[in-house]
Amino acid sequence: MAQMTMIQAITDAMRTELKNDENVLVYGEDVGQNGGVFRATEGLQDEFGEERVFDTPLAESGIGGLTLGLAVTGFRPVMEIQFFGFVFETMDEVVGQIARLRYRTGGKYGAPVTIRTPYGGGVKTPELHADSLEGIIAQSPGISVVIPSTPYDAKGLLISAIRSNDPVFYLEHMKLYRSFREEVPEEEYTVEIGKADVKREGKDVTLIAYGAMVHTCLKAADQLAEEGYEAEVIDLRTVSPIDMDTIVESVKKTNRAVMVQEAQRQAGVGSNVMADLNERAILHLEAPVLRVAAPDTVFPFAAAEDVWLPNENDVIEKAKAVLNF
Amino acid sequence: MATKTIEQVESHFEMFQILNENGEVVNKDAMPDLSDEQLQEIMHRMVYTRIWDQRAISLNRQGRLGFYAPVAGQEASMIGSHYALEKEDWILPGYRDVPQVVWHGLPLYQAFLYSRGHFHGGQIPEGVNILPPQIIIGAQIVQAAGVALGLKRRHKDNVAITYTGDGGASQGDFYEGMNFAGAYEAPAIFVVQNNQFAISVPVEEQSAAKTIAQKAVAAGIHGVQVDGMDILAMYSVTETARKNALNGEPTLIESVCYRYGPHTMAGDDPTRYRTEELDNEWEKKDPLIRFRKFLEDKDLWNEEKENEVVDQAKADIKEAIKQADDTPKQKASDLIEIMYEKLPQNLQEQLEEYREKESK
Ligand SMILES: Cc1ncc(C[n+]2csc(CCOP(=O)(O)OP(=O)(O)O)c2C)c(N)n1
Ligand SMILES: [Mg+2]
Repeated sequence: MAQMTMIQAITDAMRTELKNDENVLVYGEDVGQNGGVFRATEGLQDEFGEERVFDTPLAESGIGGLTLGLAVTGFRPVMEIQFFGFVFETMDEVVGQIARLRYRTGGKYGAPVTIRTPYGGGVKTPELHADSLEGIIAQSPGISVVIPSTPYDAKGLLISAIRSNDPVFYLEHMKLYRSFREEVPEEEYTVEIGKADVKREGKDVTLIAYGAMVHTCLKAADQLAEEGYEAEVIDLRTVSPIDMDTIVESVKKTNRAVMVQEAQRQAGVGSNVMADLNERAILHLEAPVLRVAAPDTVFPFAAAEDVWLPNENDVIEKAKAVLNF
Repeated sequence: MATKTIEQVESHFEMFQILNENGEVVNKDAMPDLSDEQLQEIMHRMVYTRIWDQRAISLNRQGRLGFYAPVAGQEASMIGSHYALEKEDWILPGYRDVPQVVWHGLPLYQAFLYSRGHFHGGQIPEGVNILPPQIIIGAQIVQAAGVALGLKRRHKDNVAITYTGDGGASQGDFYEGMNFAGAYEAPAIFVVQNNQFAISVPVEEQSAAKTIAQKAVAAGIHGVQVDGMDILAMYSVTETARKNALNGEPTLIESVCYRYGPHTMAGDDPTRYRTEELDNEWEKKDPLIRFRKFLEDKDLWNEEKENEVVDQAKADIKEAIKQADDTPKQKASDLIEIMYEKLPQNLQEQLEEYREKESK
């Protein structure tokens, strides 16, 4: 075991799969010698060579098309979009082409593709770097969307993504890259895509979150505990498809739930979870499911991030509202 | 056959230069018609911009500025091309092209607010024809074709100029922008500042084309490669491009230059991808040194003049930072208010919610 940050765990997952399968290729803007702008691919070009880990020209649509082409010629591409906000440049390749490839070819060609990209607020980036756009991809059939919140999950999920014969969109919250370390096995292991994880057990209220908001919820749960409420915190880990079984099981126990997302109220995946809870668990609920989300504006200019992003107090306030309903 | 065509095309794109590295005029016939005062003004702007760049870098390091992309090395490219424009012309800049928009009329303190991520940085004053610096590489290029067509349809004697980098020339939007402008015979100028790197990726890895200028050929528009460290050459080609643009003939200008600093102030380490030798080689071509030499030989510049500009730049920056500091902090409710002309129901509710929170 080793102590790793999330970004180290991500690099480690890529190294593991580059070793395991010669068809794995890792590429994107500045991914080669520079090791990526966050150093996620640090050292990989030196270790595996320029044929397997390489820079691309600056064109996201080109990178997406390259990926589909490499996939149908038997490779297992891991492409990087330098920041999630640049997904719009390659939206057709990702959602219009890669996600539909299996369907269009009647099952003949799958797309064993992993698309990695950093996102997430709290690090004061310029426009279109930090936006939570996961809801847009999550609405698209044919591609899974994975968002780890811990180094351990990050490695296991990325290995699963690379091994998947269907495309996986893998989102890395920038704020979590180096915020803490934890024990991560040096050997290979997988974390199943499509499975949520109970990050803290509790009987009074279920807090459902993903990405950096998992940690916001854990902090809120600590504070709620001081006031005598035991909150259960569920980390979705995969936001498409959503593991409703784990959520419903929790709600059967707590009878109360709050959905927490960093994305705007009108975006993200919260409304999906809430709609599904309504269909599957309404008779177990003793209060409406409430949500914590950002306001329906464009992701804020850097200087306003602190007032815009949801925080522990917002979670505590909504948790108390359902607890005292 | 195909190889021959490429060679023929490439042979047309020799680098245009007026002042060489030593400040000597090597292309007398091409000397632009600029008065002594204008020549001094150009030098003033380059010196001012260099000082501003240095201050911006140190302010960023102190945490008093936010996002900043250094410009030293690119002053001739930026200021020479801008000086050939008219006040009513439109500029569609990339994130590094802050000097051009400030010289076009955006107050310095607003450029600082833009850097800090304050919405007032984007509130462009009336009569200043610019868009905020574009973060999405390539987006401004297609939009420039649109602004140019708009100017043409409105029968204005004005052009749209847009800036991107060597990396930006790989985007699909780059080709689409040039192609649209050509197809509509719109008054557009596309400047690619080829500073040799797109973050860490060297320009040679972007394309098999030997020059970026030659990419104009396929779009059927003019293309020229210029020494981007030579302000007279930059001015001259942009002036010509402007005239052509008004005749419905767009131009692609590739300015060959270098950025001395890191890509941005957000953790880029140039030693990972370039050598000190390369840095030194380019610093010898410095745009300020060669133009200063040229002016000194004509008795148009001296240390006293230089110091005046330095002092003025420092005083202006101090004042602008103060003005930026004095600007009210932005609130979540401010951001809600600027989303639509008329707030829809969801935002109306949220506006009230946030105002209440903010009043506590
Ligand atoms: C669509 C898009 N892709 C990627 C980026 C990230 N990025 C910012 S600057 C840059 C390199 C740009 O290089 P170049 O066009 O040569 O301009 P320079 O920064 O050298 O002036 C990259 C990849 C971006 N901002 N937008
Ligand atoms: Mg460049």
